[in-house]
Amino acid sequence: MSFRRLRAIFIKELHHITRDARSLAMALGMPVMMLLLYGYALSLDVDHVPTLVYDEDRTSDSRDLIRQFEGSRFFDVRGLVDGYQPIRRAIDRGEVLMAVVIPRDYSRNVGLGREAPVEIVVDGSDSNTASIAMGYAETVVRNYSLALRTESMNRRGGERISPPVDARLRVWYNSSLESKNYVVPGLIAVILQIIAALLTSLTIAREWEMGTMEQLLSTPLRPVEIVIGKTMAYFLVGVADSAIALVVGIFVFQVPFRGSFLVLAASMCVFLLGALFWGVFVSAVAKTQLAAFQMGVLSSFLPAFLLSGFVYSIETMPPVIQAITHIIPARYVVTIMKGVFLKGVGLEVLWGELGFLALYAAVIFVLATRKLNQKLA
Amino acid sequence: MWERIRVILRKELIQALREPRMRILLFVPPMVQLIVFGFAVNLDVDHARIGWMDMDRTPLSRDLRERFEGSGRFDVVALPRDENEVQQALDSGAAQAVVRVLPQFERDIQRGHPTEVQVLVDGTNSNTASLVSSYAGEVIAEFSSDAMDGQQNMRVLARSPTGALNAATPRVTARSRVWFNPDLYSRNYFVPGVVANIIMMVTLMLTALAIVREKEIGTMEQLMVTPVRPLELMLGKTLPFAIVGLADLTLISTAALLIFHVPFRGSVLLLFFCSVLFLMTSLGAGLFLSTISQTQQQAMMGNFFFSMPAFMLSGFAFPIRNMPVVVQYLTYLNPLRYFMEIVRGLFLKGVGIAVLWPQMVCLAVYGVAVMGLSAARFHKKLD
Repeated sequence: MSFRRLRAIFIKELHHITRDARSLAMALGMPVMMLLLYGYALSLDVDHVPTLVYDEDRTSDSRDLIRQFEGSRFFDVRGLVDGYQPIRRAIDRGEVLMAVVIPRDYSRNVGLGREAPVEIVVDGSDSNTASIAMGYAETVVRNYSLALRTESMNRRGGERISPPVDARLRVWYNSSLESKNYVVPGLIAVILQIIAALLTSLTIAREWEMGTMEQLLSTPLRPVEIVIGKTMAYFLVGVADSAIALVVGIFVFQVPFRGSFLVLAASMCVFLLGALFWGVFVSAVAKTQLAAFQMGVLSSFLPAFLLSGFVYSIETMPPVIQAITHIIPARYVVTIMKGVFLKGVGLEVLWGELGFLALYAAVIFVLATRKLNQKLA
Repeated sequence: MWERIRVILRKELIQALREPRMRILLFVPPMVQLIVFGFAVNLDVDHARIGWMDMDRTPLSRDLRERFEGSGRFDVVALPRDENEVQQALDSGAAQAVVRVLPQFERDIQRGHPTEVQVLVDGTNSNTASLVSSYAGEVIAEFSSDAMDGQQNMRVLARSPTGALNAATPRVTARSRVWFNPDLYSRNYFVPGVVANIIMMVTLMLTALAIVREKEIGTMEQLMVTPVRPLELMLGKTLPFAIVGLADLTLISTAALLIFHVPFRGSVLLLFFCSVLFLMTSLGAGLFLSTISQTQQQAMMGNFFFSMPAFMLSGFAFPIRNMPVVVQYLTYLNPLRYFMEIVRGLFLKGVGIAVLWPQMVCLAVYGVAVMGLSAARFHKKLD
């Protein structure tokens, strides 16, 4: 390997990058746009669930229960209806997600001290929102029930009692339970993965398509030098992207940054190298830019988005898919990002992840070089 | 004119299907996406891993633990003994929450003093955290309610040994009924979304690249010297991909029904009709993209610029209701949003034109506008 040849191809590739100003602007602008848009927009928090109420009972007791729902910030009572038909219609149209139905004998049951069921109808299409909304509704009813019972007992028993056990919830790390804090660090990782794979996956395929690969072949360049030289050029773009993404995450979104900057920077660089080498590998396998793009997106965006634990928890996946996630670098970098950002843990916890990323980059580097060697031979 | 369109159409189809690699790429990635989404995307929380720190060690505290484990939603995976171990369990992610029962838990309950159970939740994943804390709250409230029954009965018994039966107190219970997706499977929500998404990804990019490739290689000039007119060229370039898109739609929907047993309650015909409406938009966008890009790389980057936001802001994975109001308005500009609603309505709710017509009208308006605009631009570029 000669440093001179390496430098030559590095500079050639830099020319390529800087010449196409529009592509460069997109490569640098995309992470910012994506972070801004998604960081604000992507939220799985559930509140103000649009709700209808169908009160068959129409007593002060049932109205009291309705007030509990109106008073909760999790529900947004959109009106009273009579009958299931309007509920059905509104849910079909997606205007409401939930309905509370208070049966006719509700107040009688309460008065007699019996069990008084209240029906909660939920649109289950979006299962996640549905189960969270259901949890909230059940909590509202339960708390109300507890209050009713306490009151009734106090009336009867003469002495005051209060509900004996209270759940005291305390949330660590992301105490406001804002999904932005959870989404943004993972999002940075996902975006980097996509950009990196996109950047390099096209470079070698383009040379094949344009026929310039033959020209490169007739030079004394060796495959190792081509891979490293091309990667280094795009590495610069990737580092710029990372820096921009971090600045946006920390200063615009104010995601708490609790860990060591050095650990984060090192992990991102290692991860970037792996992703860029992967792009080179893909473009060496695919002959055309279209095929390279398809394969690049399929093998980087999809796993990074779905199988990295970025939003979808890995532990709820079937065992086979869980096993697959172990070979996906984005999984490790997402763990590192979240660990460093939110938990403030360092290498003592994350060394395994960083080690894997390094190993991955090395393996893919060897693969890419060999693949290119084959093609050249 | 039809003759010439037919020729271009054939040329384009041959070009798209000639290479074995391309044949695979047209149909395999959609299938892979479907399978991965179907199996991997799951926001449900069952068997949350919790740490149990019992500082009381009495029958009552053990009873509480049994209730946690008996609820089927929690697995006790760690028994931290001090603050450090709690910290470590949460730091390493071994436990998603730690429940701490304070000393004198039993004594306080028996004496009628209010006491509390602490639940420390790892909030890193806010979604899981809110589900876990809601489940934990439920178990504890249930426990509390029963403990209160016990106290009340003791008091009444103390006063009149026969009076225990009179101690009935009202209890309001929630009976939840879930429509459309009674088992609350995430998959039923996501798989129809994937169908919508794949159609866009496939058609948008194929169209854009097919045209830009001709420009890049220089065969566009050759096409232009033939008697083919711009309109014919355009139709010939987009129709093959409309066919590929519809083929993908059929393939993926069938797979969704067979592999994932996703319900399909609406009309198949309506699904195809709406897909055609949507295809106008996505093919039109592809055409537009091809007029503003010189190289395939630019086209791909541009494609990403368009399809990523369309994907993220379609309500596919993240509910639109949760977005900031400004962004919510922005999503009205997103054709995929309407198509997503239609597809989900057809699959899960089984609604028809009566409910879906506003979305269909929007798609049609979009389709005509985008197609017209791009066609005009394409035309001008060629002349």
